[in-house]
Amino acid sequence: MELLSGGEMIARALEDEGVEYIFGYPGGAVLHIYDALFKDCKIPHILVRHEQAATHAADGYARATGKPGVVLVTSGPGATNAITGIATAYMDSIPMVVLAGQVQSHLIGEDAFQETDMIGISRPIVKHSFMVKRTEDLPIMIKKAFRIASSGRPGPVVIDIPKDLTRPDAKYEYHYPETVKMRSYAPAQRGHTGQIKKATKLLLAAKRPIIYAGGGVLLGDASEQLTQLARELNYPVTKTLMGLGAYPGTDRQCLGMLGMHGFYEANMAMHNSDCILAVGARFDDRVTNTVGKFCPGAKVIHIDIDPASISKIVMADIPIVGPVQSVLTEMLAQIASLREKDSSLPDKPALEHWWQQIEEWRAAHGLFTGRRYGESDMIMPQQVIQSLYRATKGDAYITSDVGQHQMFAAQYYPFDKPRRWINSGGLGTMGFGLPAAMGVKLAFPDMDVACVTGEGSIQMNIQELSTCTQYDSAIKIINLRNNNLGMVTQWQDMQYEGRYAMSTYEDSLPDFVKLVEAYGHVGIQVTNLADLDGAMDEAFAMKDKLVFLDVIIDPTEHVYPMHIAPNGAMKDMWLSKNERT
Amino acid sequence: MRRIISMLMENEPGALSRVIGLFSQRGYNIETLNVAPTDDPTLSRLTLTTVGSDLRIEQLTKQLNKLVDVVKLADLTEGAHIERDMMLIKVRASGAARHEIKRTTDIFRGQIVDVGPNIYTIQIIGTSEKLDAFVAAMSDVDILEVVRSGVAGISRGEKVLSL
Ligand SMILES: Cc1ncc(C[n+]2csc(CCOP(=O)(O)OP(=O)(O)O)c2C)c(N)n1
Ligand SMILES: [Mg+2]
Repeated sequence: MELLSGGEMIARALEDEGVEYIFGYPGGAVLHIYDALFKDCKIPHILVRHEQAATHAADGYARATGKPGVVLVTSGPGATNAITGIATAYMDSIPMVVLAGQVQSHLIGEDAFQETDMIGISRPIVKHSFMVKRTEDLPIMIKKAFRIASSGRPGPVVIDIPKDLTRPDAKYEYHYPETVKMRSYAPAQRGHTGQIKKATKLLLAAKRPIIYAGGGVLLGDASEQLTQLARELNYPVTKTLMGLGAYPGTDRQCLGMLGMHGFYEANMAMHNSDCILAVGARFDDRVTNTVGKFCPGAKVIHIDIDPASISKIVMADIPIVGPVQSVLTEMLAQIASLREKDSSLPDKPALEHWWQQIEEWRAAHGLFTGRRYGESDMIMPQQVIQSLYRATKGDAYITSDVGQHQMFAAQYYPFDKPRRWINSGGLGTMGFGLPAAMGVKLAFPDMDVACVTGEGSIQMNIQELSTCTQYDSAIKIINLRNNNLGMVTQWQDMQYEGRYAMSTYEDSLPDFVKLVEAYGHVGIQVTNLADLDGAMDEAFAMKDKLVFLDVIIDPTEHVYPMHIAPNGAMKDMWLSKNERT
Repeated sequence: MRRIISMLMENEPGALSRVIGLFSQRGYNIETLNVAPTDDPTLSRLTLTTVGSDLRIEQLTKQLNKLVDVVKLADLTEGAHIERDMMLIKVRASGAARHEIKRTTDIFRGQIVDVGPNIYTIQIIGTSEKLDAFVAAMSDVDILEVVRSGVAGISRGEKVLSL
């Protein structure tokens, strides 16, 4: 067996694990590891400009590929800077392995230079964490970390590595295990057949069914099965912000996103349904509105890999714990056999009636009627997203930041494929979009990757424009520039009589075009609607350039529909500034 | 309802703080907590009591089970079980009260484990209720210190919590 130092073991283990990129930033506690990477490691390392960006980039990579993102940061400030990105990944169940340096073992607990209790700080936002005690344990711990991060309900795993354990002069036998067994970790391998049978019966007996698909469908690679099931039964499908792309967004059966800023027809269909098939979704408060008023007539079938997600907020009538892909596959077989016995299933007249109702909702207040744009000389944010959709033929990877622009992107860019929509749904992290796009672009260099952002969010990680220069990251940044923290001013308009408390920047915004040019990129400002499509095409025509499109939009526009809260139900929505259900 | 939840967890640094952290993170409260190694040195047994609705307890046990360090978990209150809490209570015992305290201790099948001219230290073992009752019975006495181990519990009969 080969003798390796701790640093070398880490480099080798990551190779043996099949890691494609390491996103990181060096510092004292990880210098042995960096030296080992420098000397002998085939994996490219992406040097970000802030550790938060390393985690978001790894996260974007993970969301787009399904493989765990890998982050390497130093102790103390390096580790704490990574926290927001770890929390972001945790909230959206994204597989990630974070290697964090730690001060030397004998200094731990002494408030040594750049010491923080990373295990403690990260505890509530990780799936699991390891503190390495002996160099020999590194390979098995790394193996365990990858296994835990990427199986079951995925999530971030932190490995805290004291500096002395990576010393170049202390060598140990290296062996990277093929598999690991953990007596205390066994995610469900399949759903309970009896439960699946019961669920299928209930589903086929429904008169007003709806399929409610969440991010778990994407994480569990079950879009194909979900689509097949929905088509087979001709049932309507709605998706959460995290589930966009789980079912083709342009398909007739797709009612679009549901929830706080969900489509009218989606929220109405949910509220009036008699059977909800929830797949890999978690009844988040941004979906349900007031839980006590949630879908009063609906029976709930809930499929999730995480038992703790089931009946956490809304009681499931039929809970099914298991990987969504295998459960849906089994459900499809059940459907076939039930229909063989009784070809009248599902209830077609009822379904026809249901679809009629849904089409009425869609026609009355659907998003794509164009009626939502107010009268304005300015470009409307929705038009920018539609232009982006047109220029990319609906086939781009779209990352986003957080705010109104995020909701407009989610509403107006229908995703037909899984893993194309990359956004921070659970934590809602401004500053996510740009580094995430870098991660996606590395994974898919030949694809169009665009980051939809706002002038507020982009400034939270704008230093990454430099990383993009270093690695020729030819992403497109679409800045929906309303010159204010739009999502905040929208709430202030609606709830605080338009008092814009600290949500505008006065005249302090940079000239974004000059700014990106200073980093060596291309900047284009667009102010007239007539120039929008042309500028968009021009941006995407520059295949090997990062282009920043600074689009000046109507600053007064709000995102609609919007759930009426507090005390509203799914069906209670603002449809425009002065129109409500 | 009050529940006694008992679990086997990896005897590793950080495991306990993950369990405790979960309670504050998710807004549950711990009434008592007891943890010690088992006959298998790689495992600790942790027993806690908490109060909550069935739904909340179900959610809590699911969340605890999700922790990678938690190997096996049981809600002992779901079946017949034995629970024991141990209390050491130091009281001022002088004059006529001395005899009275001794009598009460005997009634509760407690033991006086340390004696001073003006002090008794009493050990009582039993359910939490019994211990509470003893403290109540000492209401006229000057209680100087109370130490309780927290509830430890085990299922009755054949049922075992082991790997
Ligand atoms: C890190 C962080 N801080 C604060 C917030 C709260 N927040 C949500 S949206 C928003 C405004 C975002 O402004 P901008 O990026 O310009 O997007 P817009 O809403 O104008 O499209 C803020 C401050 C957040 N989500 N994340
Ligand atoms: Mg803005």
